[in-house]
Amino acid sequence: MTPPADTDARRIAYGAAFTEGLAQMMDADPNVFVAGEDVGRAGGVFGSFRGLNERFGDMRVVDTPISEQAIVGLGTGAAVSGLRPVVDVMFMDFMLVAMDQIVNQAAKLKYMFGGKATLPMTITTSAGAGLSAAAQHSQSLEAMLCHIPGLKVVMPSNPYDAKGLLISCIRDDNPTVFVKHKRLLGLKGDVPEDLYEIPLGTAQVVRPGDDVTVVTYGRMVHEATSAADALAAEGIECDVIDLRSLQPLDMDTVVQSAQRTSRVAVVHEAVRFGGFGGEIASQIAEEAFDYLDAPIERVGAPFSPVPFSPVLEKEWVPNAEMIGERIRALAAA
Amino acid sequence: MDPSPETLLDLHRRMVRIRHFEEAAGRLAEQNRLPGFLHLYVGEEAVAAGVCANLDDDDQISSTHRGHGHLVAKGGDYSGMMAELMGKATGYCGGKGGSMHICDLDLGMLGANGIVGGGVPIAVGAGFANKYRGSDRVSVVFFGDGASNIGAFHEAANMAAALSLPVLFVCENNEYGEFTPRDRTMAITDVVDRAAGYGMPGAIVDGMDVVAVWEAANEAVSRARRGEGPSFIEAKTYRFYNHHGVQTLGMKYRSDDELEQWKQRDPIELFEDRLATAGVLDADGAQAAHDAAEADIEAAIAFAEESPLPDPDNLLVDVYTPAAYSGAIS
Ligand SMILES: Cc1ncc(C[n+]2csc(CCOP(=O)(O)OP(=O)(O)O)c2C)c(N)n1
Ligand SMILES: [Mg+2]
Repeated sequence: MTPPADTDARRIAYGAAFTEGLAQMMDADPNVFVAGEDVGRAGGVFGSFRGLNERFGDMRVVDTPISEQAIVGLGTGAAVSGLRPVVDVMFMDFMLVAMDQIVNQAAKLKYMFGGKATLPMTITTSAGAGLSAAAQHSQSLEAMLCHIPGLKVVMPSNPYDAKGLLISCIRDDNPTVFVKHKRLLGLKGDVPEDLYEIPLGTAQVVRPGDDVTVVTYGRMVHEATSAADALAAEGIECDVIDLRSLQPLDMDTVVQSAQRTSRVAVVHEAVRFGGFGGEIASQIAEEAFDYLDAPIERVGAPFSPVPFSPVLEKEWVPNAEMIGERIRALAAA
Repeated sequence: MDPSPETLLDLHRRMVRIRHFEEAAGRLAEQNRLPGFLHLYVGEEAVAAGVCANLDDDDQISSTHRGHGHLVAKGGDYSGMMAELMGKATGYCGGKGGSMHICDLDLGMLGANGIVGGGVPIAVGAGFANKYRGSDRVSVVFFGDGASNIGAFHEAANMAAALSLPVLFVCENNEYGEFTPRDRTMAITDVVDRAAGYGMPGAIVDGMDVVAVWEAANEAVSRARRGEGPSFIEAKTYRFYNHHGVQTLGMKYRSDDELEQWKQRDPIELFEDRLATAGVLDADGAQAAHDAAEADIEAAIAFAEESPLPDPDNLLVDVYTPAAYSGAIS
């Protein structure tokens, strides 16, 4: 982890970038604290909170009971009382235990109170399949959250974005949900040492191309990019867009690309039916219908819980090969 | 009530079978032959064995992420379990569930659970069904000290008491939830204190003493069968391995000394000494039980290894039950 001489960016892992962003926000703002299961002494089950308890103490890095509802409630109550909580829900699946506090309370307080409450809370969590963790430890539930007015949702695909988006989430005065992908935690990339923000609601073109627009986020950015690399050899150039933030959503970048390529595929790991891809597809249909040369393609997981056995799970999670096949067909349509 | 010699041998056999299954699973995991998470029950055998020896196949239990021991104690089949852990088509869940969702509904084992506390209301529902049908069946929920901090536990405990359901709450207090000690997450020492708040009787038992567990469970199960409502048992116990995986020593959150002290009270060794002293089972007899379990586990591993993988064409099978009203269940 030695920084190159001419820049302050070092190659660090996605998980470490998250930790660094959080530590810097805690240094910068005494109102920022963290609470969650095993985040204190243990440093988090994925190591994402390592060293923070030693550094900031028990009052700012709080080991909580196994009580997701109370964890999110603690954040909500502390946020309306002037603190800036970061509360961790270990696996995204466990957010379902806290849904009342997230959906009925945190998301709505400001509006219900006629604007009187401010809720600068960040919920951090880890999603995604690919570890044979089975149906209750592998889900991607972002569509449920994006459906709720009042919440903001980000799903970074790389270390640089993980740090920048986390800082933006913590600085945001609304309840935000920061979703890591478990299989990206070890991914390394360039991350500047300084405190920087990535504005919520800004997508990024990660691979430019003129033939097909591929809209994706989270871990699927990598699968879509390798599919695009393979397709380039066949002369199909994909414009791969990493949404980074789902709510707010940068549709301008998506629509502009769609108007240029006339062909769009939306790719996510979550179950395809009722997934976030449906929202993107319908907005494209509303904004760029006349430009399209083919129906919008949606790639997502099949309509089943995440299976345990690796052979089944492999079939379940979209991968570069499946994505490539669908884009190839789309390009030919 | 004192356990009969047959009961004592039965308790021994159940514990030994759990131990051998878990040690074998641990070895396979170390060799990377098991996908996914593995939460071993080694050290806590007396709890599942002592409780389940009081149950019949049509009494139900609900379990936790640390669920293999509960299924073995309930009479679970090694082969189906091992195949499930390996993600094979012949596994208990056809490879769809894995270690954390292992179950056997024919034996009333309503599933391990990936969600802490998730099984507690389910056992209460099973208890309701038993009362509804006027049967004398009981349901038992196993849950950890950590799980007693989640809302689902509290709601379910209150409901079981309010509706006077035949449910036994068995808290396996091993002093840790993952990597965090109990005293950082609750202000009481004994989880059983919570029982009083819901109006059900509670008892603390030495979870390393299978007879003590058996006796306490016997009383609570009899009470439930008589229609006198739920009870609560807190078994003080300890897991010999890490929260998941097979590490034992050198863990940051608990000392090697503490582990060694608990291992001095290994529930199987304690019980074997006692059985020998009582003249119920000598060292050779005990060894025979171990050998039998080991032979079974070897056969189960071979079965699992030779078993086919699930057919990817079945990915979407069993998401739903085909809709057809089959009438009242008699
Ligand atoms: C709702 C929920 N929150 C958190 C977890 C992660 N988790 C799995 S096991 C565990 C600790 C459980 O502790 P305890 O109930 O004492 O059982 P033990 O592991 O000690 O047997 C935690 C926090 C989970 N599976 N479900
Ligand atoms: Mg515990």
